[in-house]
Amino acid sequence: MSCCAPGTEASLDLAATAGPGAEEIRLSSRALDGDLMQTDLAVPGMHCGACMQAIESALGKLDGVAEARANLSTKRVSVKWHDGALPPLVDTLNRLGYPPHLIEHQDETRDETLAELIRAVAISGFAAGNIMLLSVSVWSGAEAATRDLFHWISALIALPALAFAGRIFFRSAWNALRHGRTNMDVPIAIGVSLAYGLSLYETINHGEHAYFDASVTLLFFLLIGRTLDHVMRQRARMAVTGLARLAPRGAMVLKDDGGREYIPLPELLPDMRILIAAGERIPVDGVIVEGNSELDCSMATGESAPVSVGTSSKVRAGTLNLTQPLIVRASAAAKDSFLAEMIRLMEAAESGRARYRRIADRAAALYAPVVHATAFLTFLGWIVATGDLHRSVTIAIAVLIITCPCALGLAVPIVQVVAARRLFESGIMVKDGAAMERLAEIDTAAFDKTGTLTLGTLRLVNARELDGDTLAMAAAIAAHSRHPLSRAIVEAAGKTSQDMRFATVREFPGQGVEAIAMDGTTWRLGRADWACKAATATAQALPGTRLSRNGREVACLEFEDRIRPDAGKAIAELKSLGLSVELMSGDGERQVATLADKLSIPVHRAGMLPDEKSARLSELAARGHKVLMVGDGLNDAPALAGAHVSMAPASAADIGRNAADFVFLHESLSAVPLALDVSRRAERLVRQNFALAIGYNVLAVPIAVMGHVTPLVAAIAMSGSSLVVIGNALRLTWRRSASTAQVALAGPRTMEAAS
Amino acid sequence: MNHLIILVPAALFLGGLGLLAFLWSVASKQYEDLDGAAERILFDPPDDEAK
Repeated sequence: MSCCAPGTEASLDLAATAGPGAEEIRLSSRALDGDLMQTDLAVPGMHCGACMQAIESALGKLDGVAEARANLSTKRVSVKWHDGALPPLVDTLNRLGYPPHLIEHQDETRDETLAELIRAVAISGFAAGNIMLLSVSVWSGAEAATRDLFHWISALIALPALAFAGRIFFRSAWNALRHGRTNMDVPIAIGVSLAYGLSLYETINHGEHAYFDASVTLLFFLLIGRTLDHVMRQRARMAVTGLARLAPRGAMVLKDDGGREYIPLPELLPDMRILIAAGERIPVDGVIVEGNSELDCSMATGESAPVSVGTSSKVRAGTLNLTQPLIVRASAAAKDSFLAEMIRLMEAAESGRARYRRIADRAAALYAPVVHATAFLTFLGWIVATGDLHRSVTIAIAVLIITCPCALGLAVPIVQVVAARRLFESGIMVKDGAAMERLAEIDTAAFDKTGTLTLGTLRLVNARELDGDTLAMAAAIAAHSRHPLSRAIVEAAGKTSQDMRFATVREFPGQGVEAIAMDGTTWRLGRADWACKAATATAQALPGTRLSRNGREVACLEFEDRIRPDAGKAIAELKSLGLSVELMSGDGERQVATLADKLSIPVHRAGMLPDEKSARLSELAARGHKVLMVGDGLNDAPALAGAHVSMAPASAADIGRNAADFVFLHESLSAVPLALDVSRRAERLVRQNFALAIGYNVLAVPIAVMGHVTPLVAAIAMSGSSLVVIGNALRLTWRRSASTAQVALAGPRTMEAAS
Repeated sequence: MNHLIILVPAALFLGGLGLLAFLWSVASKQYEDLDGAAERILFDPPDDEAK
């Protein structure tokens, strides 16, 4: 291991102890020239140069690997290998302590939009710099032929810059107009092209005033804002797709002739027999034909306790097989499975959200008509007053130039970029700037239970009451099982002495583990009625797990789902911010009520089906509430898609994560109030920025209407207002150090309180 | 006036050169991994290249 702390992303590692299998990797690889194959893996544990070097050199040394290249910014490794035997990439990385995940295919193509934006910024920046240089010469007194020459050169530089860099705005404005709407790009496009047209006319007629600099600097500023906005969203998307995929890509199918074949998920058909090893997720709905095991259904239904299954039990796609291998006969293809049902519900739920209009568009809808009407009235006023057509048109266009919403166009994206960066540093990914606007509006927060308020992993509660030897014995037996309860025992015992040897160890699915010691004693760890003989009937009345020696109870082990760190504090904070908090879970009433009580959540509902969750959200929405949904499971996905705004932890199911607007990477639930706080402050700054931009217009428009605007005045006023808006947005980072320290301090304290 | 005939094209040419260099650096993926590039200058070259 290297200099980095490996525990920082523990929530991610939980999901990927085994990592993707060889077949899955082969399936996700791309063929390059010759016999080369390329595999891209996300390695979230990579934090510094030493990690990078360790990974590159270890992978580079493997047989068959042509090149391994790590990317620290995106936390990815791209490996090129010669076709043939697959090099043990995953094992090597696991051994180094950097568990890898596979990445989706789609996002491997290069980002064309970003490339276009960067080129546009470069070209408009070049043009703005050179034109400004020439304009300064004109302002400082260049006369007659020299001034005309400078204007002509400016016109030549500005034309390609507008054509190339401006088309981003022209395209968007045209799209809006064609659909009968208006957005901020409409006044921008009109202002920029009119400024160019007027200046060209003036230049041809040896006029004094040309606004080439204004139109190009405007584009330059706006493009910077737009590029930063795009980069921010791209980074969040990359971070989210780099997380472990929880849905399998394919399955091992048993063929009639006894052979085995790994088949990609879309090609699985009903009636195929699928082999599911312990620790794998079930890819499609089906019926068990062979084997007994236990399933972790928390992702699919929200139930926290494992469910015992046996021959002819029905199983759902997305559940995790825990203890024994199973053979399942598929009853539906992947596209008709439980997962597909959830996607259908999500699409139905999403239609409600599409009605949300971004604050910038709402502002533009008010702003554009006012500005254009003002320009038109100015024109009418001057033509009535003077009858001079040329002068009236010039002044009317000057009004349009001075009101061109440079500051207004930057007011929203700059604040959102700064806010998203602030959240990114705290491990919260924002998919879209509009999500922050929506989060700032909420008045209700609904939480899922398993995996969201809790971590979805069980913890041994009474470890301190047990004596050391008993616990060590339980841990030694439990070490032979992958059952979540067994893992919790091993974890609670910590480093046990590994000298405990048994003659035989057998796992009985749904019952427990039996270990026969060297001296012939039979130890059993498992369900009370199985571990203890009828003699200890009292023990059987109570639920829980027992450790028994030759049928006599030695210890009773109690478990509970671990509450997410800072959950209590986060809920209290949300309530103090005036939000009503609800708990919605698919789990049983008893577990849900206990947790709601512990976290003092006033409203709770248990046993909810996925469509009931989204129905509850629409009911709240119908009553005028704006709801934040925080959830992680497959069963939460429709609710996440349908809520006003949604958040999911990094450990959430793939489709839940994709449906959520925010994804938080750290375990602590303090991410929820933090995101809310930052969003609300961002909202305030956006409003301030609008006030600043409008205040600027109130001052500048009368000057323009009176006909006193010169290119110099326009340049100073427009750049000045943009800089003021950007400066105001940066205030969001001022209080950063203080609030981060607060979060860091709060962490350990609440952990103690919970334990 | 005469010196402008030389100075203005010269300024534009040099500026354009800078612009082209930037576009080339973007196209050749030099901005793909900014954090990694900062660390890589500290690496020793692999043995076979060091000789």
